[in-house]
Amino acid sequence: MSDLLKSGRLRGSATFLLPALLLCALPFYLDAFWLRIGLFSMAAAIGAVGLSLLSGTAGQLSLGHAFFLAVGAYGYVWLAGEPGPGLPPAVAAVLAVLLAGAAGGLFSPVAGRVKGVYLGVATLALVFLGHHVLLTADSVTGGFNGRSVPPLELGGFTFAETDPELTVLGVPFGAEERLWYLGLALFALTWFTARGVLRGRPGRALAALRDSETAASVMGVPVARYRSSAFVVSSMYAGLAGVLLALSFRRVVPDYFSLLLSVDYLAMIVIGGLGSVAGATVGAVFVTALPLLMTRYADQLPLVATPGSGDGSIGPTEASRYLYGAAIVVILLYAPDGLHGLARRTRARLRRRPPVTGPPGTGPSSGAPSAETDTAGDTATTARAKEHTP
Amino acid sequence: MTGFLDALLNGLALGSVYALIALGFVTIFKASGVLSFTHGSLLLLGGYLVAVLHDDLGFAGALALAVVVTAAVAAALDRLVLQRVGGTDPHAAHVQTIVTIGIDIVLVTDLARRIGGDLLPLGDPWGNSVTDLGPVTVADSRIAAILVSAVAIGGAFALFRYTPWGLSLRAAAEDREAAALMGVRLTRVRTVAWCLAGGLAALAAVFLVAFPAPGLERTTGQIALKAFPAAILGGMASPVGALVGSMLIGLTEAFVAGYQSDLHVLGEGFGDVAPYAVMVLVLLVRPAGLFAAKGAARV
Repeated sequence: MSDLLKSGRLRGSATFLLPALLLCALPFYLDAFWLRIGLFSMAAAIGAVGLSLLSGTAGQLSLGHAFFLAVGAYGYVWLAGEPGPGLPPAVAAVLAVLLAGAAGGLFSPVAGRVKGVYLGVATLALVFLGHHVLLTADSVTGGFNGRSVPPLELGGFTFAETDPELTVLGVPFGAEERLWYLGLALFALTWFTARGVLRGRPGRALAALRDSETAASVMGVPVARYRSSAFVVSSMYAGLAGVLLALSFRRVVPDYFSLLLSVDYLAMIVIGGLGSVAGATVGAVFVTALPLLMTRYADQLPLVATPGSGDGSIGPTEASRYLYGAAIVVILLYAPDGLHGLARRTRARLRRRPPVTGPPGTGPSSGAPSAETDTAGDTATTARAKEHTP
Repeated sequence: MTGFLDALLNGLALGSVYALIALGFVTIFKASGVLSFTHGSLLLLGGYLVAVLHDDLGFAGALALAVVVTAAVAAALDRLVLQRVGGTDPHAAHVQTIVTIGIDIVLVTDLARRIGGDLLPLGDPWGNSVTDLGPVTVADSRIAAILVSAVAIGGAFALFRYTPWGLSLRAAAEDREAAALMGVRLTRVRTVAWCLAGGLAALAAVFLVAFPAPGLERTTGQIALKAFPAAILGGMASPVGALVGSMLIGLTEAFVAGYQSDLHVLGEGFGDVAPYAVMVLVLLVRPAGLFAAKGAARV
């Protein structure tokens, strides 16, 4: 058996299949609270992967992610709902993703030419202008109070509490369970497409662009075109995340899509490790689940007050913001390639430990091997924008 | 006509406050290549200190202390955190920019928690008094904003132009490596730059929340972000550009707000977001800003 597992291909598919099976089994064991955390995490992960492509791989800082999430979410609600064209929800979902991509495309004259951290400032405009539009375009967005989200329907199957009633293996399948599988499917789609993009020609071109714009363009990378397509692709992922978020929240309101949300997404990819799909996922789960868990267990945590217990006390939302704000600083100080890079280096170090020589535990402490693995594995992940001299 | 003059004066007052903030951005950028996203929280910190201290120290004393403390906090952040990130990496400035976002999250969360849902008065001497200037009535706070900003900005420009530190700053902005080889102590230059920027931000806070604004609230820091368009319009590395950009942004905001009834297509409160619309329009035409020098890339 272990021989079988050692043959690379089987082990490769096993590392994917096991977590996938585990994730598929979870709805049978967890209650709605945990499923909702998972659902929000999956939506956030989809968005974070998109941002990671743009910021981590292409080195373009974007603070406009909340805007594209909003375009996806509101696009779906408007296209599928009343008032609006009232399209079949599945069609509306696809169109909403395309709409987010188109919004990214419209911004590409700026996104293609403004580089690095400056794009971060330019995209601030999207968040503020977008928020203004969400508040004022009442007929489409429902204004300050937002709109309720029509449930997704796929070939007569509705992703809601009923219609049809469904019980699988004695577990009643409500909205959370159904959306969980939808989220899993969409996340799997994101995972594989993003890895494909990163490992193929576009990923290499974008990384070259990040490391040196001049060198990349001399090597034949069309700079502006790759920059703006990275922006479009990233906004399409954001749109998809927006649709899933809208379905899970069942109501969209403008104030959710504020600058804070954009900063949350940035926190996700920095904490997870820039430029890697797995890192973005880990970061997304961390940043999404932390405030929800803290709210739930506020009464058992030291230093954290239950929500609404007066001014000046540290509520769970604040506590989690302290934590991940500090996490950004600490991670960039001590492990610039994020949790993902940290995990990879630890793994590489363990693997390099000589199996028999010496007593156990002395292997990895010498400095040289770790330095070697650092440089060997450090091609695509670090938190770098391009351009060497300003 | 009075409407026009009103908007013009409001715009100038607003623009001069933005200029204080934008000048800070630009100074930091020149010294270190970092875009400081902490500016919103530094501004909030300055305003909060004035709000808390003015009962005991009087307004002037509170303001002076707030400026000093904010400057010291800014310098400490640079020395103790930012300068330790990235090391000799050529992209260090970009990584440090992201670190400033992390610092901002922590500081803003903490200050917002302390401020809560309240509106804190700053106890400024001009209160809600107004002065008649010919046909228009102007709030005294606006006049004070213009005068004090003019003095502060003049002082900052004098620093850039006539002091050894200003010379070092300009040298560092020109070519960091060459400046270091010529004996410019880059760490000291950038720490002083952060000091200056922090002080200016605290000063700006006082005028940003003065009458007719209701007072210091937890979202005040977000207003500082409007100085970003101002600095970007100016091309980020040019103090004069930042000044012009700030005036442009301030005037746009005031005129859009003043003529809101004629612009109702754009929706209520468009004045607040107009600076960003201007920024996008300018970036479409000149991606490097209005005053940026054209540079050739070296490989």
